[in-house]
Amino acid sequence: MNRVLAMRAGAALSLLALWEAASASGWFYRGVLPSISQIGPAVVRVVGDPAFARHLGTTAMEVGLALLIGGALGVVVGILVGGGRWLRAAYEPALHYLAPTPKIIFLPILIVLFGVGPSSKTAMGALSCFFPVALSVASGMALIDPVHLRVARSFGLSRWRTIRSVVLPSLVGPLVTGLRLGLGVAVIGCLLSEIKLSNRGLGFLAIQFYGQFRIPEMYAVLLVVFALAGLGNALFGRIRLPGSTIRT
Amino acid sequence: MRGPALLVATVVALGLVWEAAAFFGWVDGAIVPPPGEVLAGIPALFTDEDLVHRFATTFLEAFAAAGLAASVGVPLGLWLHASRAAGVAFTPWVAAIAAAPLVLLYPLFLVIVGRNMGTIILMGGVAGLPAMALKTKEGFDGVPPVLLRVARSFGFGRWEMFRKVLLPSAVPTLANGLRLALVFALINVVGVEFLVNFGGLGQLIADLSDRYELALMYGAVLFVILVSTVFFVLTERLERWIRPA
Repeated sequence: MNRVLAMRAGAALSLLALWEAASASGWFYRGVLPSISQIGPAVVRVVGDPAFARHLGTTAMEVGLALLIGGALGVVVGILVGGGRWLRAAYEPALHYLAPTPKIIFLPILIVLFGVGPSSKTAMGALSCFFPVALSVASGMALIDPVHLRVARSFGLSRWRTIRSVVLPSLVGPLVTGLRLGLGVAVIGCLLSEIKLSNRGLGFLAIQFYGQFRIPEMYAVLLVVFALAGLGNALFGRIRLPGSTIRT
Repeated sequence: MRGPALLVATVVALGLVWEAAAFFGWVDGAIVPPPGEVLAGIPALFTDEDLVHRFATTFLEAFAAAGLAASVGVPLGLWLHASRAAGVAFTPWVAAIAAAPLVLLYPLFLVIVGRNMGTIILMGGVAGLPAMALKTKEGFDGVPPVLLRVARSFGFGRWEMFRKVLLPSAVPTLANGLRLALVFALINVVGVEFLVNFGGLGQLIADLSDRYELALMYGAVLFVILVSTVFFVLTERLERWIRPA
């Protein structure tokens, strides 16, 4: 265990040293690899700026709404597609192959439809989030224990009651998995579209610093974004569902 | 066959609804061009917009990126497999990197490498690398111990062991990793082309939207979706062919 810690510390230190060496080497254009002694204070400066909270709020709002909208659509489509044999045969491959296509190219269309403001970024995030949730829920439908459904039938449960008491509870696990994947791609969708065209949000902040050649600040924003994305992912990973063996 | 037929019918029906929406003025044709207009624009994509050349550029970049991911990812994965301590220490790191929104690093490559093909290929390579490394480790870790014992009792040397036992049983998982690297590379290559307005298909979409050639742009988006879907199907077939069922 101590050996592992030592190796990790060694690797982290070597990476930092490598960065510093590259920064001091003069092999790269001046200023593009700022020393850590410049990036550290830049993080403090950027996060301390009152405008930062506003940009963070915009991005958080976009990502949150994207999860909500994309997630809700994903659940509905996932239940429909996973629910019937013909529907599954027809639409599951389509979902499966459309899921990894580069979503960002839809941005010009979304901007035409929803404007240049946060709505088009939310739409981008929702579109990205939709696919993993729909796929996960659809495959979750196939994994519902048939015994549970038979028990529901033998108790004479109505269709609605079966959905509420058997189907939906068994979909919680797949939904959490789908949302976790969805969070990752929603963050990418929202931030990339902010970077491409917008006037607020963390993506905009990063690309604005890039435009002003304030490179340490740009690195600072990217660092914060990665830290927040990692935190979100870790929080999702911690969700343990009561009475279920499914781990996300 | 009923499944695919239903899918085709759905696509046709959606197209008709879209066309009708444009015809009856439910949507503004200036914002959402009708499918007829989009289809009519497709020949112009080939003749005026150099679609074939751009397609080749994008796919060459994606293959170069996947090659980069493999040439770093495979040795990394082998190391994680061969050294137990390294595997324990760094596999979680590689997994965390795999889950991170890596494409957001593209401004970093933009400042270091510049706005050129290097940025696009590097970004695609970085995106594919963690998957390749993790799958390499998984493949070599998953070699059945009984095979190793048999090989050892036959007195296989280190190299013979690798060549005749480890590699053959890891190949299916390696193929899976390479496919993932290609998929991630393609997604990121097209995305970065669009974002930095440079290169093949991604740039075409950025360019058409800047010129507000909406019908052509919708056509180009459909084309990208189509070719990437075909690409995913083909690579999956290839992987299945390599992987003995």
